[in-house]
Amino acid sequence: MSVVCPVERVRPERAVAAKADDGAQVAIVRTADGALHAVGHYDPYAEANVIARGIVGTATVAGEVRDVIQSPMYKQAFDLATGRCTSDPDVTLGVWDVAEEDGMIVLRNNRIAPSGVA
Amino acid sequence: MSEQIEQARPRERVVVIGAGMVAHRFVEAMRSRDDAGRFDITVLGDEPRPPYDRVALTSYFTGRDPEDLNLGGAELWADPRVTLAKRTEVTDVDRNAKVVTTAKGVRHPYDHLVLATGSYAAVPPVKGNDLQGCFVYRTIDDVAALRGYVEELRAAHPERPVRGAVVGGGLLGLEAAGALQALGAESTVIEFAPRLMPLQVDDGGGQELRRLIDNLGVEVRTGTATQRVLAKRGRRVTGMEFADGEKIDVDVVVFATGVRPRDELARAAGLEVGERGGVVVDDRCRTSDESIHAIGEVACIQGRVWGLVAPGYTMAEIAADALLGGESSFPGADTSTKLKLLGVDVASFGDAFATTPGALEVVYSDSVTGSYKKLVVSDDAQTLLGGILVGDASAYAGLRPLVGRRLGADPSSFIVPAGAGEGAASSLELPDDAAVCSCNNVSAGQIRSAVDDGASNLADVKSCTKAGTSCGSCLPIVKKLFESHQEKAGIAVDRSLCEHIPMPRSELFNAIKVAGLATFSEIMERFGTGRGCDICKPTIANILASLGGGHILAGEQSTLQDSNDHVLANLQKDGTYSVVPRIPGGEITPDGLLVIAQVAKDFGLYTKITGGQRIDLFGARIDQLPAIWKRLVDAGFESGHAYGKSLRTVKSCVGQSWCRYGVQDSVRMAIDLELRYRGLRSPHKLKLGVSGCARECAEARGKDAGVIATENGWNLYVGGNGGATPKHAQLLAQDLSDAELITAIDRFFMYYVSTAERLQRTAPWLEELDGGIERLREVIFDDALGLCDDLDAMMTHHVGAYADEWREVLEDPEKLAQFTGFVNDATDADPDLLYVVEREQVRPATADDRARAAAGELDLVDSERRPVMVAGSTLEVRA
Repeated sequence: MSVVCPVERVRPERAVAAKADDGAQVAIVRTADGALHAVGHYDPYAEANVIARGIVGTATVAGEVRDVIQSPMYKQAFDLATGRCTSDPDVTLGVWDVAEEDGMIVLRNNRIAPSGVA
Repeated sequence: MSEQIEQARPRERVVVIGAGMVAHRFVEAMRSRDDAGRFDITVLGDEPRPPYDRVALTSYFTGRDPEDLNLGGAELWADPRVTLAKRTEVTDVDRNAKVVTTAKGVRHPYDHLVLATGSYAAVPPVKGNDLQGCFVYRTIDDVAALRGYVEELRAAHPERPVRGAVVGGGLLGLEAAGALQALGAESTVIEFAPRLMPLQVDDGGGQELRRLIDNLGVEVRTGTATQRVLAKRGRRVTGMEFADGEKIDVDVVVFATGVRPRDELARAAGLEVGERGGVVVDDRCRTSDESIHAIGEVACIQGRVWGLVAPGYTMAEIAADALLGGESSFPGADTSTKLKLLGVDVASFGDAFATTPGALEVVYSDSVTGSYKKLVVSDDAQTLLGGILVGDASAYAGLRPLVGRRLGADPSSFIVPAGAGEGAASSLELPDDAAVCSCNNVSAGQIRSAVDDGASNLADVKSCTKAGTSCGSCLPIVKKLFESHQEKAGIAVDRSLCEHIPMPRSELFNAIKVAGLATFSEIMERFGTGRGCDICKPTIANILASLGGGHILAGEQSTLQDSNDHVLANLQKDGTYSVVPRIPGGEITPDGLLVIAQVAKDFGLYTKITGGQRIDLFGARIDQLPAIWKRLVDAGFESGHAYGKSLRTVKSCVGQSWCRYGVQDSVRMAIDLELRYRGLRSPHKLKLGVSGCARECAEARGKDAGVIATENGWNLYVGGNGGATPKHAQLLAQDLSDAELITAIDRFFMYYVSTAERLQRTAPWLEELDGGIERLREVIFDDALGLCDDLDAMMTHHVGAYADEWREVLEDPEKLAQFTGFVNDATDADPDLLYVVEREQVRPATADDRARAAAGELDLVDSERRPVMVAGSTLEVRA
């Protein structure tokens, strides 16, 4: 577990990059409703650490509206709940547990491991 | 060479004599249909260039390069089955041996010979017609010679205008008069018949045409016979004398009295020739020798010779079809024409002179607005037979395909004013067999099948049917057919920007402007659904910026920007950024260079000169950007907006100050323009160029707006670009003063910004603009939409509101907070950023480089440019 930053540091509809205890690079995302998400910062398509600099929004996947973050490099969209690429579900950024505690954002365990491009 | 092909049979040899528009169409038809590769084609032309668009000859004067007139792609001539011999005159056709011989004695054996020799310009047998200063108007060389002579006279007599006369008041004569005007010469048109364009328009139309042309400062003399051309001393033209004895002073005479078929080779070869010239052919374009076809203006088909390109194209297709074993035959010529002569629209179609027994005429004439419209209908007033339109020919595209069909409405409703005619005609459903494009013989049905076969935009339709690619007069109707059929075929014309915004950018722009909305939330609430995505968010951010919405990182706008705009730099492949300070006009002091050089050195940035005459610094981490920009801003630099859909650069040559040839100060103008438009957000990037003389060293015609100096001011070209589909910009206006130039560009940019689609550059925007460059001129210079004041106000607001984006970021701690690498570890740079030193600068390490480094074969440096101690495991590329 690592205390990352004050809660106001992550604004709605944007993301910041942070480091987990083990050095993993994580994108902490806040959606418009105030909810926090944490997915991998590493973009497996671009092979670069850039995800936190993407645009946050929604995409309709199989009829369902999902919260997503889009890579700034080649524009793939990734589901914030699962880390999955909306156009290639075998690829996921990985998901971390994240929460607000005493005005600070706290990054916990890696819940879904990242899986790269086949 | 071709003789040696003998043993390579069964390939058949086709020799084409003549390399004009019709020959070009023939070769194109052969190559597109000869799938089996049966034919080798040799084209022998006497001009020094490949086939070009003779119909557009006059545009040579409006600054187009001769090469711009070339027809079709160069790939046709690169085809191994096609050989083009330029500057090659054929002197003999030996029908028995089946060989043609050129003036240089080269022999070309043939299996099939195609005569496409076209016409000569006919010079009437008046005395003095060979004096120096007499010209014809037929080839690029003719036109170039005329231009050279007029320019020489202008230089010799700067105190008075050059006086020109055109003998012949037909189509070609008026073209020539326009050319003289474009060269700055006075012009008088002399026509033997009682009216201008006697073959296309009737007396009423001729009167209106004369009135319109008089108003343009061209003197018109109808019913006048030219007796002789005069020369006082020597051989130079000084005047003309008419049959009634009257004389006028002129310096240049252009004969445009018609054409004569170049049939002398056929005559010498003993082929049958028509009474008034032309090689006689049957309906399948075969001459009296079955191995020889004749097509175009040299052919006498169905008893007459056609001096128009459309029937020539039809003959080219028929001859190709015949060689390939087809059965098609000449259906008769469509003599419909729509032209803009000296800026006056003239159209004539079908039975324009009401020669059909019982034909009725419906005429609308208005000398106040300068238009004459006549429809010819059948005796029951039900069927359209033809018509004449002078002054306002907008109804042509809709009416011409209706010839021979029932109108289904009162004929007068098609020609009453205010564009109602166009409305009435185009609301009718054209049958599939109605010819829409007469130049290329394309029917309404072919347009519809193109849509069914998957053409999804107007450009696709044009390229697969060829409709609208010659004179372009049918484009409005092609567009309507395309759109209505797409709708009908159930091909959802989905113009939505994305899943969140159900309208295209152009509509969204105006919706936002009209509703006066200034935030993304309001816009989504009113016009969208959901929270947006990487398409609509940056687009809306861009629109808000175009409308003067303040700093792009202020408040909610910050969440809309894609990575480049969000950090005001250009994302590179490894996740670092490049930095481009503005260098207006490419002018930079040695001290400025030293500042940039020192920054690049201190941060270890890879440095490269861009194509836009500035300097790009690569490999800056996001957290380094503020420190880099602090240094640059302190030294007086500002953002170059290389990251934005916005004005990029104004490229210039060194201009009059240094260059021996420059006629204006192109660098100063480039700097003025760059400082005026810097920061302007637009649907796509905008580039400008300014050249100090016609040598065009700034390559301005490859830019969205290109400015080229003339002795009298500036010529403005618009709608050019480089990239994957390069386009030369088109001439919008000539000899503008500084102030006029800036107003014109202001309005052009703001009209584009207000009406273009997302990521649509100016070239495709202009191509899709109804009415094209003419319309743009009307909007910008004649205020046809009444928008000029608004466009000017938009630009004034932009110029007044401009502030350097980087300076503002450096002054605002909240904005600066966005430039962190890791929110919980501000000092730690991304350890995955590794570089190879190559040619004394860094570049991102590839997976292969990392593997080699792990194996100890290569040295790498990190993002601080420190050598990396390699421990294999830490350098493994992930996944």
